[in-house]
Formats: sequence, structure tokens, C-alpha cells
Amino acid sequence: MRMYVQPKLLLWLGRVNDMVKRIGLNGDEAVALAVKQANVDVIAAYPITPQTIIVERLSEYVNNGELDAEFVPVESEHSALSTVVGAALTGARVFTATASQGLALMYEILWIASSLRLPIVMALANRAFSAPINIHCSHDDAMAARDAGWIELFSESVQEVYDLTLQAFMMVEDENIMLPAIVNLDGFILSHSLADLYVFDDQEVTNLLRKDRPLYKLPIDFKKPATYGPLGLYDYYMEIKKQQAVAMRNAYKYIKEVFQKYSEVSGREYSPVKTYEVEDAEIVVIALGSMAGNLRTIAKSLRKRGKKVGVISLTLYRPFPEDIILKTLKDINVVVVMDRFPNFGAPGGPLFEDISATLYHLKKRPMLLNVIYGLGGRETSPKEIENIFERALKISKEGVMEEKEIWVGVRE
Amino acid sequence: MNNVKLIKTIRDIPGDQYEQLAPGHRLCAGCGVSAMVRLVLKAVPDPKVVINATGCLEVATTIYPYSSWKIPWVHNAFENAAATGSGIEAAFKALHRKFGKKMPHVIVFGGDGGTFDIGLQSLSGALERGHDFIYICYDNEAYMNTGIQRSGATPRGAATTTSPAGKVIPGKMERKKSLIEIAVAHGIEYAATASLAYPVDLFNKIRKADAVKGPAVIHYLAVCPTGWRSDPALTVEIARLAVLTRMWPLYEVENGKYKINVFIKNPRPIEDYLKLQGRFRHLLKPENKWLLEKLKQDVESFWNYLVSKTKE
Repeated sequence: MRMYVQPKLLLWLGRVNDMVKRIGLNGDEAVALAVKQANVDVIAAYPITPQTIIVERLSEYVNNGELDAEFVPVESEHSALSTVVGAALTGARVFTATASQGLALMYEILWIASSLRLPIVMALANRAFSAPINIHCSHDDAMAARDAGWIELFSESVQEVYDLTLQAFMMVEDENIMLPAIVNLDGFILSHSLADLYVFDDQEVTNLLRKDRPLYKLPIDFKKPATYGPLGLYDYYMEIKKQQAVAMRNAYKYIKEVFQKYSEVSGREYSPVKTYEVEDAEIVVIALGSMAGNLRTIAKSLRKRGKKVGVISLTLYRPFPEDIILKTLKDINVVVVMDRFPNFGAPGGPLFEDISATLYHLKKRPMLLNVIYGLGGRETSPKEIENIFERALKISKEGVMEEKEIWVGVRE
Repeated sequence: MNNVKLIKTIRDIPGDQYEQLAPGHRLCAGCGVSAMVRLVLKAVPDPKVVINATGCLEVATTIYPYSSWKIPWVHNAFENAAATGSGIEAAFKALHRKFGKKMPHVIVFGGDGGTFDIGLQSLSGALERGHDFIYICYDNEAYMNTGIQRSGATPRGAATTTSPAGKVIPGKMERKKSLIEIAVAHGIEYAATASLAYPVDLFNKIRKADAVKGPAVIHYLAVCPTGWRSDPALTVEIARLAVLTRMWPLYEVENGKYKINVFIKNPRPIEDYLKLQGRFRHLLKPENKWLLEKLKQDVESFWNYLVSKTKE
């Protein structure tokens, strides 16, 4: 079970340790602060709601001399990612941020960035895809990126946004990993919500990250010239893709090491999967991002009434933490998988499919219910969440599931 | 533009020991691109890095596990060579300032498709932001790598696989756009056209482009025997005829000031240029005379425009 460090304790630590500082920021500002403290060399980004505050703050940091970096104010998201791909090849520390349509415009280059094994960190302020145009939260962009070979992290609070941004730099620059990473933060729910959080001193972040350059394993080198991004046809392409797939699998172990190291330094525990009251649970609800806290709150009140319910949220989505999911869910009766993504004709939402595929190999499998919720920023009320738990408990009791997919909070 | 080391004759161009594009690449016989690239690599001092948009040059020189490039070379995608170059330039600037790394010369190559069409936004952004690089468009006037489809750079009347010389519509109906005019509109310090038939002019233009602090654009006419259906042995001759007929004026714009480098007082008939190329053969038929006249008007009006600009 996950240990939470009580804020009070940290505040007390703050008195004895200057490194721990408590301030108020919204999610976008937390990203920008982490990026500034990481001492990045090149930022290329294009403004898009709800990511804009990130680029505004970073521009201020650069223009006020608080961050010595090249801010490249590109003319599109496609150029934003193309620019950081070029910059990362030199061995510089790079950053970009986007949302929704911007991610869609970058899509082509996502695959090139991961194939070149570039240490790029991107913040993705999750927002629904058009049409209709909508600026609020869905996980459409995060899910569009899920197969592109990037590490994907989901944050559920502003604190996690800050922490995961720093950890993303630790991950992508680990020579055993060398893959780009996306830090997801739910649009508006996290990007624009003011919260208090604990932040490091600049020096502490400096100690946490690599100080040397080049960061890229095979940087542009004039003494040892190399050809980057050549034509690779049927005689080599498949081996190159296999290497990339193996790299993603291998990264899992080292990502866990980053979580562990960061947990030790920060006093805030990080791991690929967060579990809550799952040990003796009859039913478990799984979600990504900011929904997790709501689920735990409702689960807590249900537990008080003697209902055996648990909650899982994934901090690490790619590479998928199969081992932990298997271990945690193998004895559960009913698993509810919540997807913030419309399912157009697939057997289930993307997270549902991931969980299904993971659990398929068990001899005795839990029953699986897929919930589609919160599209385009639609609120999911505490009552609706409670109903989800109750529905799962009913299925568990009766052993019958009439529908495998329900949409919550939608007018029929 | 002081302190630019210009050359006077072709003998001043460094010899084979300075070749940085190795032989054995798969560009076609008579291709106008590789000879230009070799000249560019000789004109720009080391250290340098090349960014290449998707296209003939990229595909034919880097078939994994082989590469013809003896210097760092980067290919990202089709439409983003200028943005990729922006990132490399910006990163070296930051690494130079923060870590004392050496600043290289940055050269970007894109074809006409990657420059006029799909990459125009990326190029415009980079020019506006003022990145210090040379952008060289090798213009073979169609999407040659995918099989000769028309682009915004295809001249009026030319036949391509998507603008075939049909009975109703005999070739491309629209005028070629002017890349240099677009580049100049960004207020950049240096932009010029170039031709393989004038290697000294080409070499010196690259030197000038390199000397500029900020972006410079070179627009190079790349004769394409495969796409133009011309004799590979006549590549240089065709390149020269393009200049002599005023189809391809050699000019430069330095800080907004226009200069025609090879002034063609008495132009050769355009037909001399057209008749050597299969893509224009239909234009010489009587029923398509109206289209040939339109092409001639394009050429004349642009020449007159250039002459008027040099008098400003």
C-alpha cells in the first residue's frame, strides 16, 4: 500500500530542512518551475489552451534571465517537436509542451523522436480532440500518443505534476532508458487549479539531474560524424523496431529505479501503480489522472460502511506495468476500468483493452466493466462515482454483468 | 558583406581531397543535385552540420547501413527541415554559451516539394525567427522522388504525372511561384538563385550566405533528367540554357538590394530550352501555342520585374 507523507510532517521538515519549500502553483506553473529548475537548454513550444501558462512562464523565466535557455517560439506544434528533435540530437536538455490538436499536429514526429531514442520531455495538458472544438479534459491526446514509443506518465495532483516533470528528465536522460517521455496533466483540472505543493531548492534539482552535456548517447560530433534518420527498408527496419520494443520493455526496470530514487530524496513515494485498499477488496476501480483522488475519497466512505472496495491508479502508463496489475488484480471479483476516451467501435476503451489483455492469461479472471466518463470536461459527480462502485459490487454479488461498457454522466 | 572569401575562377574551388559527399550514392546519372551539394560542402568551412528534408537527396545518399555523408547529417521528416535546423542551431547556441561548445555552420537542404509546398510554413517560421543557417532549395520542379508529381515550383505548361499533357488540359496550368520573393518578404539579409552552369557564381553565393548572421536562402535549379525526360549528358547545358533564355534568372538580393548576376541582354528563344526536355514537348505543338505564349509571358514579366527592382 502506498504511504502518504502527511503535509504537516513535511511542514515540520521544512523548518529543519531549507530544501523543502511549500508554495502555491497551478499545474502549468508547476511544470514550468520544474523545467526551469532542470536548467533546460532549448524550449520550443506553440501556445494552446490549456498548456499556455507553461510557455508563458518559461518565456518569462528566459526573458528575465532566470533561465539560461534558447526559447524557440515556433509557428506550429509540428515545428515545436521538430525543433526539439534537432536540439536533442546535439546533446542539449530540451522541453516542449502541448495539448489536444497540438499533439495531433505533432503526431508524425512523435514516432521519429522515439525511434531516434531522444531524451525529450513533453508536458501534455490533456484536452479533448475536436470536433466539436472543446478545450477541456479528455485523454484523447494521451491515448493518441500511447503507441508512439514514448514513456507516458499520468499525474493526479499538482504536486505530482511537479514531481513527475522532474522524474521525466531523470528517466529520459538515463543511459539505460534513452526514450522520450510525456507527462500528462488533466487539462484545467490540474493545469489551472491552484494547489499548495512542496518544491525543491534549485540546487537540490541540480543534484538530482545530470550536469554534463551531451545528454544524448550519440550526439552530433564533428570528429565522429554520423548519419541520423537514414532510409531503412525491409532488410533492416524490422530489427530496428525490435530493438526499440526491447528498449521500451527494458526501460521499465530503470523507470522504477528513478521512482525509487526520487521517493527517497523527496519523501514522496512514487511507483508505477498506486493502490488503495486492494488487499482484501472484492471490487477494484482503475483510472488515470485526476480521477484517482475522487475514487479514493468515495472508496474511503464505502469502506467505512463495510464495502470491500479498492482503487488503482497508474502513474506509469507506458511501458505498461503488467506485473503489478496482474499481481494486484488476480483475486479481485470485478474490475472497473475507467476510460476518459470515447470508444469508437473497439472492444473497449484503451485502458480497458490494456487491462483485459494483461488479465487474459490468468486461469481465473475478474469480470471487467468499462466506464466511459468525463469527456470534454464533463463532470463526474460523487454520486455517479458511488454508483459505479455499487454497480460493481452488485455484479460481484450476482455474478452477472448485463453490459460490459457504460457511459457515465451522459444524457441518453 | 565584408570579409567574405570569394573565388574568381573554377580553379579556385578546392579539389577532390575536400570531398565530403562520398561517391557511390544512388542519385540518377546526370542529376543536378549531387554536383551542387559537393560545391556547397566545399564552400562552407568545418565544422558543419547538414539537415536534409525527405526527398531524392536524402533517400539516395543514406540507404541504411550506408551513408555518403562524411559530416554530421540529419534527416527528420519531409516538411520540417527548417524547424529541425532551427533546433540544432538554437541548441548549439545554448551549448556554446553555457558549456563552451563549438558553434558549427548549419546547412539545410530541401527539394521544391519540401520547400515550396509542405515545408513552406516551417521555412517561413525559421526565417522570421532569424536562425543562423543557409537554406538551400534544390528545385527540380516536381515531386521527383515519388515519381514526378507537380508541385508549386513546376513551371506553367510542364507535364508531370499529376499534370499530364492531356487532350483537354495540356500540362500544368498555373504559374511557378517565386521562392526568393517569399524569402525576401521576411526581410532576411541574403537570398539568391543559383545554377550548376555557373559554379563560381554558385560557390560565391554560398560563401555570402554563410557569412550572413541569420538565415540566407539559396534557390538552386536542379536539372532532373529522369523527371524532365532529358539527356543526362546535357544537364549542365540545360542548366545554362535556362539562364540564357531568362527562364532561370541568376540574381541575388542583399539587404533588400536586387542584383542580376548574369544579365541576359539578348535572350535565346525559350524553345531552345524546352525542346531538350520531354516534359515540354507538347508545348511545341501548334494546338498548344496559346500555353507556350503564356509561359513566355511569365518569363518576360518576371524578368522585367527583376530589372525594375535592380533600379530601385
